[in-house]
Amino acid sequence: MSETREMQSNTILSLTDLRTWFELKRWGFIRAGYVKAVDGVTFELKRGEAITIVGESGSGKTTLLRTILGLAKLTGGEMLFAGRKIDSNNRRDLTWLRRQVGFVQQDPYGATPPFMNARRILSEPLIVNKVPEREQEHRIRAALKEVRLIPVDDFLPKFPHMLSGGQQQRLVVARALLLRPMLIVADEPVSMLDASVRVEVLELMRSIQESHNLGVIYITHDLSSVRYFSHRAFVMYAAKLVEKADVKDIVQSPLHPYTVTLLNAIPDPEPENVGRFKDIPAGEPPSLINPPNGCRFHPRCLRIIKGLCDTEQPPEFQPASGHFVECWLYK
Amino acid sequence: MRRNTRTRKQAVSERDGSPARPEGPVLQVEDLTLYFRVTAGVVKAVEEVTFDLARGRSLTIIGESGCGKTSLARAILRLLPRNVHTYTGTVLLNGADVMKLSDERFRREVRWKKISMVSQAAMNSLNPVLKVGFQVAEPLLIDTHTGKTEAYERAREVFDVVGIPAAFMDRYAFELSGGMRQRAIIAMALITDPDLIILDEPTSALDVLTQANIMNTLKGIKQELGLSFLLITHDIATSSELADEVICMYAGQLVEQSNGQRFYREPFHPYSQKLMASVPTLHVEKKPEFIPGQPPSLLNPPTGCRFAARCHKCFDRCEQEPPTFKYEDSKVKCWLYE
Repeated sequence: MSETREMQSNTILSLTDLRTWFELKRWGFIRAGYVKAVDGVTFELKRGEAITIVGESGSGKTTLLRTILGLAKLTGGEMLFAGRKIDSNNRRDLTWLRRQVGFVQQDPYGATPPFMNARRILSEPLIVNKVPEREQEHRIRAALKEVRLIPVDDFLPKFPHMLSGGQQQRLVVARALLLRPMLIVADEPVSMLDASVRVEVLELMRSIQESHNLGVIYITHDLSSVRYFSHRAFVMYAAKLVEKADVKDIVQSPLHPYTVTLLNAIPDPEPENVGRFKDIPAGEPPSLINPPNGCRFHPRCLRIIKGLCDTEQPPEFQPASGHFVECWLYK
Repeated sequence: MRRNTRTRKQAVSERDGSPARPEGPVLQVEDLTLYFRVTAGVVKAVEEVTFDLARGRSLTIIGESGCGKTSLARAILRLLPRNVHTYTGTVLLNGADVMKLSDERFRREVRWKKISMVSQAAMNSLNPVLKVGFQVAEPLLIDTHTGKTEAYERAREVFDVVGIPAAFMDRYAFELSGGMRQRAIIAMALITDPDLIILDEPTSALDVLTQANIMNTLKGIKQELGLSFLLITHDIATSSELADEVICMYAGQLVEQSNGQRFYREPFHPYSQKLMASVPTLHVEKKPEFIPGQPPSLLNPPTGCRFAARCHKCFDRCEQEPPTFKYEDSKVKCWLYE
């Protein structure tokens, strides 16, 4: 018992069989079905840990993130944040939750109002959350210093269009830090940035994560950019986490056939690529309204076991310690 | 599959009555310069860029955003905005100088006939109220005297080449997935059987699997139809998929031109070296780095080498602008290779 309490105090976020379904309505009121955007996601995130959720667009990774942020209602399952159960119909829970989670958006220019200068952008969350005025200035300066937008006085009056892409993104990171959250979720934090500054932003996020002992969730479709900045990686396909393991294990010995093809598709800059055709399974991810029976990847899978994969949903297997995979091959 | 494409290729060339493409390089660009006039002064977007593109090869232009890649593509295709300050240099297409043509003749004879383009965010450039089949056939219907039946027949062929089922011709853009829309745009660029296709960030908005699929398609087209590609991208890892030759641009200038084999192994220019070091790799263990600082403003670029302020190998010569040196098979704009 004491052990579980120990674990709980160290766990920031714990999701059990989380479901986020959106109702489809015909004529505005008749229920016609559900879009099962997140369908049975279970994981735990510890303090100071960074995880990556990899998946294609439409796999439900952004909905999962919105659920964690309290922007989408959960239809089933349980979400515990720092031991507190979150009820998405309870405004108190949500207000509390949103203070604990910082959000780094994908497109920094779209995420910052063009008519506000940096000082105004950063004071907004403090005003909304009623931080005393005398503390605001101090917090804004500390946050800017933390993301190395220095000298701070030069940056405070600047508008977003006066900043480069990397600086804009650092401003967004500063805003996410203002309320001193326990968890930062970043939706493709570097995909809009140039290659030469991506690593700079990621390194900044890691140093902040380590100094504050934060949890970080990266959502991305490109594993190569964040592999050095996260501890574990989860692969998402058609609303489910099909493989969960340490980043190193995912990259070096992927188990799920989907993970294997996904990793094969990511190119390294090598001249040999010119003459090489890649093996990419035909077809596209399934509709989330009527997902296929059995394993959701089976219509595209090359290693399908007939009579099993197409009828029964695989449970989670653990072929190696800390390596979970939802695939019948590892029964 | 392979055999099918070959018969398609024959069908394509028979129809056009152009059995072979002309000899010599497709595109020769010399001292191409493009400046824009803005309220704050003159933006030197492209400065004295010189390169050749051999037939049936693909050339990749890489560089950070704002380095003039897209402006270069637009300068080649003469898709210019109104605030052009300077537009000089020579562009030889199949050996003929197209810079001398009037705008009207350029539009009639070159744009989309000889050079077509797949633009940035192409997925969103389809018209939502017209059927995809019509949009793909449109270039033929407008300028060439092709009948409607024939144009649609040809559209069906290019749909087949890019791997979209012909049944999709009657659909609207919103009924297609992102990858399908991208393929439709590529089909549109192929339909006039051009010599050169300019691909401006063709896959940057797509998922990795779709991206790999599109790249496979493009490689197939290049092999089967003998087209030349000019690929413009900031995604260096993907750029290697279509790179016989590589040009690296920085602050409006060409800083290095090498063949792909050389460039991805050991680039010469310090900027290219740093840029390659910043690319994360998945299959090879390598810790990515970043380049401190930011590119100079193109309004008032520094007088010497433009990369000097961020360069780790900067020395006193760098205060003067380096010419482009020939080094082994490559061209490098750096004093280190004098």
